[in-house]
Amino acid sequence: MSFFQGNKMTAGYGDGPDIISSCSINVSRGEIVAILGPNGAGKSTAMKAMLGLLKLKSGSVSIDGDDISSLSPQDRVKKGISFVPQTRNVFAELTVRENLEIGAFLREDDINKVIEEIYELFPILKEKRSQIVGQLSGGQRQQVALGRALMIRPSVLMLDEPTAGVSPIVMDELFEHIIKVKETNVAIIMVEQNAKQALSISDRGYVLVTGENKFEGSGKELLKDPEVRRSFLGA
Amino acid sequence: MDLLNAVIVLLNYTVIPALTYGSQLALGAIFVTLIYGILRFANFATGDMMSFGTMFAVLLTYYFQSLGISFGILPTALLTIPFAIFMMILYMLTIDKFVFSYYRVKKSPPVQLAMVSVGVMFVTQAIIRIIIGPSDRRFLDGEKFILKATEFKEMTGLNEGLTIKSTQAITIIVTIILVSIMFWFLNKTKTGTSMRAYSDNEDLALLSGIDPKKVVLITWVIAGILATIGGILYGLDKSYRPFVYFNNMLPIFAAAIVGGIGNPYGAFLGGYVIAFAEIFLTYAYKRFFIYLLPESLEPNSMIQLLSTDYKFAISFSILVIVLLFRPSGIFEGKKI
Repeated sequence: MSFFQGNKMTAGYGDGPDIISSCSINVSRGEIVAILGPNGAGKSTAMKAMLGLLKLKSGSVSIDGDDISSLSPQDRVKKGISFVPQTRNVFAELTVRENLEIGAFLREDDINKVIEEIYELFPILKEKRSQIVGQLSGGQRQQVALGRALMIRPSVLMLDEPTAGVSPIVMDELFEHIIKVKETNVAIIMVEQNAKQALSISDRGYVLVTGENKFEGSGKELLKDPEVRRSFLGA
Repeated sequence: MDLLNAVIVLLNYTVIPALTYGSQLALGAIFVTLIYGILRFANFATGDMMSFGTMFAVLLTYYFQSLGISFGILPTALLTIPFAIFMMILYMLTIDKFVFSYYRVKKSPPVQLAMVSVGVMFVTQAIIRIIIGPSDRRFLDGEKFILKATEFKEMTGLNEGLTIKSTQAITIIVTIILVSIMFWFLNKTKTGTSMRAYSDNEDLALLSGIDPKKVVLITWVIAGILATIGGILYGLDKSYRPFVYFNNMLPIFAAAIVGGIGNPYGAFLGGYVIAFAEIFLTYAYKRFFIYLLPESLEPNSMIQLLSTDYKFAISFSILVIVLLFRPSGIFEGKKI
């Protein structure tokens, strides 16, 4: 049994059709799992369902054996599940440090130590700590977004297309940061468009098609699988 | 000597009144901008809410006076501020619970909330009419002047007197204290930072565990303090005419927009921009120039750019000009 599990989740928006059906995703601590698939496959929806932004019609979500299917997103945050949305994932009008402070809003203890840890992980944030985030570059903003999400010392980190719209150099740098986060024993789930790069740093991957699990396996297996290569990796 | 006299004329008739009026506008403008930035709608009940808070100060002042309680040389109304604020906040929270929260939960568009606030405005006006009526009331007591014109003339030997009314000094001092505390709160405390975060990016604020109900509550509490104190200061300085506050909404909104709506620093400075513009453009400079120009050039007209009847036209023009050329406000930099 994995640390964080979504079991046979079926969900959709409002009264609309089901976007994901019987979709299962699980991740253990210290593992990176990539969710891949064509546009409209329900990748982000699966992630939102696990976060509680969307009600499940059937299936369940559990963390460390506890069923959390009925908790609100805020309560799931308290359980140690952190989320970095694809867009608008920083407080652009606040300083870097204030962004981190808000990330730790639920913590009652001294947050300075956690902030120091984040600065160690992302040295650029220490340098820019009193700058308004809106004035930072795309790559730096993504680091702020990651840093904010890490402030609760999460056990699960969910990333929705962390590399969307950043340059290839920044993308490599971000992936390095994500690996560093993984090494702190965090379970990471990410939705990615850049399938090849994502699989190269992932321990496992899921390929969704029309809301259902189509393939799953280790990063290497998926990269080698001829069918996956043909349909999603463009080679 | 003439130069000094000219400076005193300007100070007495423009600078000091503009600083006072600007402070009163600034408090209202910060109120508008906070509600806009955090609750995301233009609150057309602003003026009447200020009037509502002031009404309690007036009634309580009369009550305190009947009990023989006074504040020495200071106006009794200052003693009533905490009670008036309490009533104001109570009223705002009631309105929010029964009116605004419904539209907020439904995620109605801002225009709809603005229309709803027009309804709240009419209801508030009606309540004021029922409780205190529309007539003009003075509730200022205590020492009226800090510096009288005659005293100043004796002290300095100048022809022109400088008058400082106690209400002017009180307005400016109270505004500085109140605004400093508010900016300290918004920038340095955890709750203040969470309010700015909520205003900046609501979804991410919710994901970070910020409680929207608490943010809304604190916003109304701050709004209640600003509205009541702003209203009382204006009422003390002029007099309490319940429906004048409605007219003041034009300069108040102009100040908030000049400063960049949603930006409290901008709203604060915007208040003074509007006040100085109104007063400088409607002041008759004849006496000022009599001191400065040689006798042969002495003006025989009033040298008034605009009649005081047009003072609202000035706010309105500034509003239009800013919206046309700098819709994000004239002050760059960080928002709430």
